[in-house]
Amino acid sequence: MKNMKKKDILFCIVLLILPIFLNNYWTDVMVNIGFYAILGLSLNIILGYCGLFHMGHAAFYAIGAYTAAILNTKFNVPIFALVPLGGLFAGLLAAIIAKPIIHLRGDYLLIVTIGIVEIVRITLVNNIFGLTNGANGIFGIDRPNLFGFVIKTRTHFYYLIFAFAAITVYLFYQLENSRFGRALFYIKEDEVAAEGSGIDIAKYKLLAFVIGAVWAGMLGVIYSSNMLIICPESFNFWESVILFTIVLIGGSGNIKGVILGAFLIVGLPEIFRELATARMLVFGAAMIIMMIFRPEGILPVKRKIYKYENFE
Amino acid sequence: MELFFTQLANGLAIGSIYALIALGYTMVYGILKLINFAHGDLFGIGAYLGLTLLTCFGLIGKLGFVTGIIVLAVMIFILVGIIGIMLEKIAYKPLRNSDRLSAVVSALGASIFLQNALMLIYGARIRAYPANVLEITTKTIVIFGLNLSVARVIIFVVSIVLMIVLYLFVQKTKMGVAIRAVAIDHEASKLMGINVNTIITIVFLIGPALGGIAGLMVGLCYGQVSFMIGWSYGLKAFIAAILGGIGNIPGAMVGGILLGVVEALGAAYLSLAWKDAIAFFILILILIVKPTGILGERVAEKI
Repeated sequence: MKNMKKKDILFCIVLLILPIFLNNYWTDVMVNIGFYAILGLSLNIILGYCGLFHMGHAAFYAIGAYTAAILNTKFNVPIFALVPLGGLFAGLLAAIIAKPIIHLRGDYLLIVTIGIVEIVRITLVNNIFGLTNGANGIFGIDRPNLFGFVIKTRTHFYYLIFAFAAITVYLFYQLENSRFGRALFYIKEDEVAAEGSGIDIAKYKLLAFVIGAVWAGMLGVIYSSNMLIICPESFNFWESVILFTIVLIGGSGNIKGVILGAFLIVGLPEIFRELATARMLVFGAAMIIMMIFRPEGILPVKRKIYKYENFE
Repeated sequence: MELFFTQLANGLAIGSIYALIALGYTMVYGILKLINFAHGDLFGIGAYLGLTLLTCFGLIGKLGFVTGIIVLAVMIFILVGIIGIMLEKIAYKPLRNSDRLSAVVSALGASIFLQNALMLIYGARIRAYPANVLEITTKTIVIFGLNLSVARVIIFVVSIVLMIVLYLFVQKTKMGVAIRAVAIDHEASKLMGINVNTIITIVFLIGPALGGIAGLMVGLCYGQVSFMIGWSYGLKAFIAAILGGIGNIPGAMVGGILLGVVEALGAAYLSLAWKDAIAFFILILILIVKPTGILGERVAEKI
């Protein structure tokens, strides 16, 4: 990360020492923001880079969380061992679902993904194969155990999420600047031109979808061990809407924008708690106003300028 | 066999509700190529307005059941229509020339706004319609040996009448021709002397107004409303619109009734617990097999 700017480093240092000054409640809020930021970043690959209107991201998150909950409570598999497994299951499901629908245009895809998140929720509520324990959910999930060190306090989780977020940002930054990332941006800008340049659109879209899902699934595992109890209602359609708006309000396609979006959408309502009941009202109005005056988000993605190296 | 016919009747009633709501989606989509996510909430507003007007003015007591309901329906038609027009002016008109994603997000924002406005005004609890009205609407009458509630019969008859009127309006009147023209090409319609803004306003009057009446009828039939009602019905109605072929007015009618019947029969014969998932499975299936919907052949665009 040679090109990290001073203020980015400062931001990281502030985050690193922040828990010292926060009480349990605000640390928990920060953990929440961290969860949503990482989820937002994983959705960003699908929605921000590739431009696929995907509003069912909570479904993959749920798969990860339930994989962890079931395997942990039934077979005592440790949480950290489940992280890749949760990602694998979410990715598999994403690949199976996305294959037939990935070619759908914009808002049709949006509706189908809403359908998927609803079907997943209904499946969980209906206690499929007797595994998900219906609407009550699963409880008694273990805390993560890192070589004998049990991660249990709020501050521990803060650092766990912080580390996860740092890895996510680093990897996704690499992805953004890779051949793969450029192809996704190209597909978003102009699908026909991208196809004309030899990009296999279906393959790249599917890959973007699966990568986003794997990441959400992995995070779902951590989520379940943070909450200790999970139920289908935690993964309803509104969760997906919140993720969708985090990406769009922050600045779709921009890593910093998405993180800012998570702070605004999860953090701000906590500050205005006295407005608790009216905050969703304000939220809805803000979405409309935002789209009218700044549709590209608060931190829009900067167009990259590539220099000709051998240009004379 | 009686179960079959009872469920069929239930399906027809709920299906005509879906159809009425789906008309609003499909008309707006036809004109603006926009999914009006807030449409379901306008339906919810209709249901709540019905509750307020019934309790505040005591219409049924003063005017008798039939006149009372008709007056109520007219009031809701106008009020919800006005809200629909305001919605378009505030949330959609400024975005008419920007990209589609912005408009979709704005629509979602409008939906969240309206839904929470309903919650703040009426409270988060389920509200019941006045008992004197429900007494009449829950009475059963026997048709072809089947016990049907008055409300279900009203729903079916009113919906069919409204749909026929709308169909004639769109097919036979000058305004209807203009609506169809704008749906095909905004620019060309302007050149033909059609005021596109007026047409969009009219569509945002008719669509939400029909949705509002559907809301009133659901309130009369089931006797209760909650602020979430808009989403559950709205989403199903949207599926119905896609099923019939979005942008296609007869398609929305066919799709709505078909979806209602399939759902009711599925709930009876397959599984009640999976009832809500049936619609989504149908949605995914239709989008894979025939994305233009049952009647939608007009769309040449690749989807």
